Amino acid sequence: MTDIDKSAAGEQRTPPAGPEAIKAIPVRHYGRYVTAVIAIALLVAIIYAFSQGQINWHAVPDYFFDDRIMKGVGKTLLLTVLSMLIGIVGGIVLAVMRLSKNPVTSSIAWFYIWFFRGTPVLVQLFLWFNLGLVFEYINLMPFYKDYWSNFMTPLLTALLGLGLNEAAYMAEICRAGLLAVDEGQTEAAHALGMSHSKTLRRIIIPQAMRVIVPPTGNEVINMLKTTSLVAAVQYPELFRFAQDIGQNSGAPVEMYFLAAAWYLIMTSVLSVGQYYIERYYARGSSRQLPPTPWQKVKANVLSLGGPRGAVGA
Amino acid sequence: MTDKLSKSDAVRTGTAAMVKAEGVHKSFGHVEVLRGIDLEVKQGEVFCLIGPSGSGKSTFLRCINHLEKVNAGRLYVDGELVGYRQKGEKLYELKDSEVALKRRDIGMVFQRFNLFPHMTAAENVIEAPVQVKGVGRAKAKERAMQLLERVGLADKAGNYPSQLSGGQQQRVAIARALAMDPKLMLFDEPTSALDPELVGDVLDVMRDLAESGMTMVVVTHEMGFAREVGDSLVFMDEGVVVESGHPRDVLTDPQHERTQSFLSKVL
Repeated sequence: MTDIDKSAAGEQRTPPAGPEAIKAIPVRHYGRYVTAVIAIALLVAIIYAFSQGQINWHAVPDYFFDDRIMKGVGKTLLLTVLSMLIGIVGGIVLAVMRLSKNPVTSSIAWFYIWFFRGTPVLVQLFLWFNLGLVFEYINLMPFYKDYWSNFMTPLLTALLGLGLNEAAYMAEICRAGLLAVDEGQTEAAHALGMSHSKTLRRIIIPQAMRVIVPPTGNEVINMLKTTSLVAAVQYPELFRFAQDIGQNSGAPVEMYFLAAAWYLIMTSVLSVGQYYIERYYARGSSRQLPPTPWQKVKANVLSLGGPRGAVGA
Repeated sequence: MTDKLSKSDAVRTGTAAMVKAEGVHKSFGHVEVLRGIDLEVKQGEVFCLIGPSGSGKSTFLRCINHLEKVNAGRLYVDGELVGYRQKGEKLYELKDSEVALKRRDIGMVFQRFNLFPHMTAAENVIEAPVQVKGVGRAKAKERAMQLLERVGLADKAGNYPSQLSGGQQQRVAIARALAMDPKLMLFDEPTSALDPELVGDVLDVMRDLAESGMTMVVVTHEMGFAREVGDSLVFMDEGVVVESGHPRDVLTDPQHERTQSFLSKVL
């Protein structure tokens, strides 16, 4: 199976036996040292300025693992995951509808995307929150009947508001992904007797994922931050809890920094996850898998002194 | 050689038409690509379609498994109308699922291979039997290995298409089509995208397949293959059949002026 891999790896490990390898002095990149020094100096200056400001930095570590903050982090993550799930599933469905030959389904998808992409998500959240003004009861005949206000909990409001809005964006991302797959793939699958849905599920979507995943990672990170808006519909999450603590403890600004730090931590963890998902969907697309982040860091650090191409191979 | 002889006997005795075209027309917008094609492919026959690019030969091939819709005329595969059901005088379009059902029996090999790049060679071959016919995974895998063995690629079963040469990819594509046990195989310029060195391997597999008695419709520029393996040959130009007959006759002694000028350029 690994004939090609072996020969490629072999070439790299053993230097050519015949002629003597070239030993040249690499080009010196002095510009890199200069810019690095300037960047570090600026960073130090900014950190110093902040440390001298009238900010009670001790409040940040004091509350960093506060129960309410931890609860808020959990709820922010829960909200992100669930609304992205709604967004991704909805997005794929909408994209397929949009590309459908059926003019009714493609028009519905077009209208949905037009509406949900064209209005601010905060407005949509309020809309869901106040939908009780239009529908007094919810009545799913045999299964469930209740007042709308009991049914529409803050969590559900937040999920619908964020998820359905996200679906409109994901639809466009998925559509781009589906269109990026070569038409020959559809033909080959159809020629084998596969149905439209099987072709989509087994052949087209797995290949479209390579195009869909990178912008989706972006959307997840965006979503994580957008969840801070749902305080408006009475669903408490990280930002809301941080605000509350700030008002009670007399360190409001400090709590904003604390929240920012938590958001940064979460988005960093998500970025790592995105990287490995991309690697999974890249299988079969290139002979060698791309380097892991650690390999990249190593290559970049070493390349400060030498030419880029020589390291990391 | 005896195999070949016995097979030719079968062709001569077998009269059932696998593919039958009656005045087939096909247009893309205002461009008329097929302008009345009449031909018949007998069971067990290797039927070669040659002609300049744009003559409509690939389009005709794609009509056979309904990847393209015929605008006028009738096209039959194994006695059944392609893409439609006839009730009295009226034609009814077939549902997608009915078209898919008919395509199971028709294997197709493309110029650009069109292997599924996210699956290994073996997975490519297993995919359709498992997903379409509901064959068990283990059984499909066993069959896939036999087919890969047959096309000489048993050792590449775990490779992704990007790790295979063009010729190897095309042979996997042939194995993939054969996995559905088709009664008819369509080849759309199967060697046109290959390095000259790799063409031979693919033609060998096709020759082997022809000798096993498979009915094959082959769009090709490989005149040597057509002469050696083909039972019938049709020269097409500008959407019509210009000349047809036994490959040896047409290729060595073309009657029509257009055929003569084409062959003088490619032979």
